[in-house]
Amino acid sequence: MARAVSTRTRLVFTLIGWLVGFLIFFPILWTVLTSFKSEGTAIATPPQFLFFQWTAENYIEVNSRSDYLKHFMNSVVISLGSTLLGLVIAIPAAWAMAFAPTKRTKDVLLWMLSTKMLPAVGVLVPIYLLFRDAGLLDTRIGLTFVLTMANLPIIVWMLYTYFREIPGDILEAARMDGASLAKEIIYVLTPMAVPGIASTLLLNIILAWNEAFWTLNLTAAKAAPLTAFIASYSSPEGLFWAKLSAASTLAIAPILILGWFSQRQLVRGLTFGAVK
Amino acid sequence: MATLQTRASARLMMTPAVVLLLLWMAVPLAMTLYFSMLRYNLLMPGMEEWAGFLNYRFFLTDPAFFTGLLNTLLLVGGVLVISVGGGILMALLLDQPFFGQGIVRLMVIAPFFVMPTVSALVWKNMLMHPVNGLFAWIARTFGLQPMDWFGEAPLFSIVLIVSWQWLPFATLILLTALQSLDTEQKEAAEMDGAGAISRFVYIVLPHMARAITVVVLIETIFLLSVFAEILVTTNGGPGVQTTTVTYLVYVQALLQFDVGGASAGGIVAVVLANIVAIFLIRLIGKNLE
Repeated sequence: MARAVSTRTRLVFTLIGWLVGFLIFFPILWTVLTSFKSEGTAIATPPQFLFFQWTAENYIEVNSRSDYLKHFMNSVVISLGSTLLGLVIAIPAAWAMAFAPTKRTKDVLLWMLSTKMLPAVGVLVPIYLLFRDAGLLDTRIGLTFVLTMANLPIIVWMLYTYFREIPGDILEAARMDGASLAKEIIYVLTPMAVPGIASTLLLNIILAWNEAFWTLNLTAAKAAPLTAFIASYSSPEGLFWAKLSAASTLAIAPILILGWFSQRQLVRGLTFGAVK
Repeated sequence: MATLQTRASARLMMTPAVVLLLLWMAVPLAMTLYFSMLRYNLLMPGMEEWAGFLNYRFFLTDPAFFTGLLNTLLLVGGVLVISVGGGILMALLLDQPFFGQGIVRLMVIAPFFVMPTVSALVWKNMLMHPVNGLFAWIARTFGLQPMDWFGEAPLFSIVLIVSWQWLPFATLILLTALQSLDTEQKEAAEMDGAGAISRFVYIVLPHMARAITVVVLIETIFLLSVFAEILVTTNGGPGVQTTTVTYLVYVQALLQFDVGGASAGGIVAVVLANIVAIFLIRLIGKNLE
């Protein structure tokens, strides 16, 4: 801080800041609160904020009645699977582009980015038909593959921006000392690359977890992840606000916590390194 | 210096990613292009025949397409104005030192991590419901007539929900840009007698210009594909009041089984997105130098 700020100014901004923050966060808070109400209390007017009969029955009900755990596991498998598969494909590519760049590296990177900008709806019809013919509709494998491909450009880009910051001189020195390529990767590169890989992993799990175009269009009952499961509440079932809230809270809690940890990486990952 | 050997292995290491992405992009896109020239409906198998540009003519002259295009522009434009405008204000606010800044920041970015189906349903039911919703209660408390959000202003309601999801993104990126601003420059201007507003207009805003451009372009790419929020709240209705180009293609493909028409629509969507993508890619490409 270069400049002292008067306590009064600070207090005023504290007040405004908390008020605005609270308003933006409110829908999430309201969902969590409603999830602990009975259905009657949930739609009561005037709304009950804190002093109501707290109950966990919605959570029990959602789990027992609608096979919640299955959809949760689908989300876990699909988001984790597509991210790990993406990393396996992307790490060598990003490594090569960062440490052995050629004249065409930039073009390849930008071309990869351009595939991400292809609207999904432009390839919906063929993907749907190919999946139907291959028996991949409503399967975890099919969805994992689609999400891997959809997020691969982001994974390559994020890794590339991290790898590029690793000083090449260190690798040179290791090579001079007689380290083989394998040793160079295991002992020199990996320790320096782990933070970047970890943030890439985190951000892509978040993106895959919340992906709601392919998951809604390519799944039905069996492989439906939480995005599709929650969508089923849009029918008259939507009137069960307490249950909707309980299901929603469970669906967003894990990813919200991951997201809070990765807020810094989010900027870099989603702007493809254009803003750091 | 990369040796010949490393260069060869580098090429090998890039191959899987490049080949897979090439297949993922080229094969379905070529198929879409091909289907768009056919009369092809899944309900009439075996009746496929060459149709030339007929599907495009039907799609582009369909009144629903014009509405869809307009709705898409209104949705993207509305969300951009709210999220970028709000994002600048939020970034300026969060840049001030105050107590509990870190916690407020976490609260502000939280909506970005909420899956689209959840935010759409929570807003539609628990906040915007004309009878039991929280907004209705607030309106009545102030003696106003509660608004039937999805009945009276369906598209605007969706704009609000999507803006809530994207405000954190704009805030976070603009804040990052703001914090990289050299404070000395601001202080020098202040000493020269520049007021808060002229400091903002002449120093802060130009510094943020790049970040704002990036936010606008990236949000546009994602917003052109908004789908789940429409599906779970209005199903594109009432009528076609909330049908976007993306949603229109979905309806033609998976509800009307019109593969040819949907493919033509898909190609139109690709062309629209490409117009934005060209600018974004240029901007990012410059940054790679």
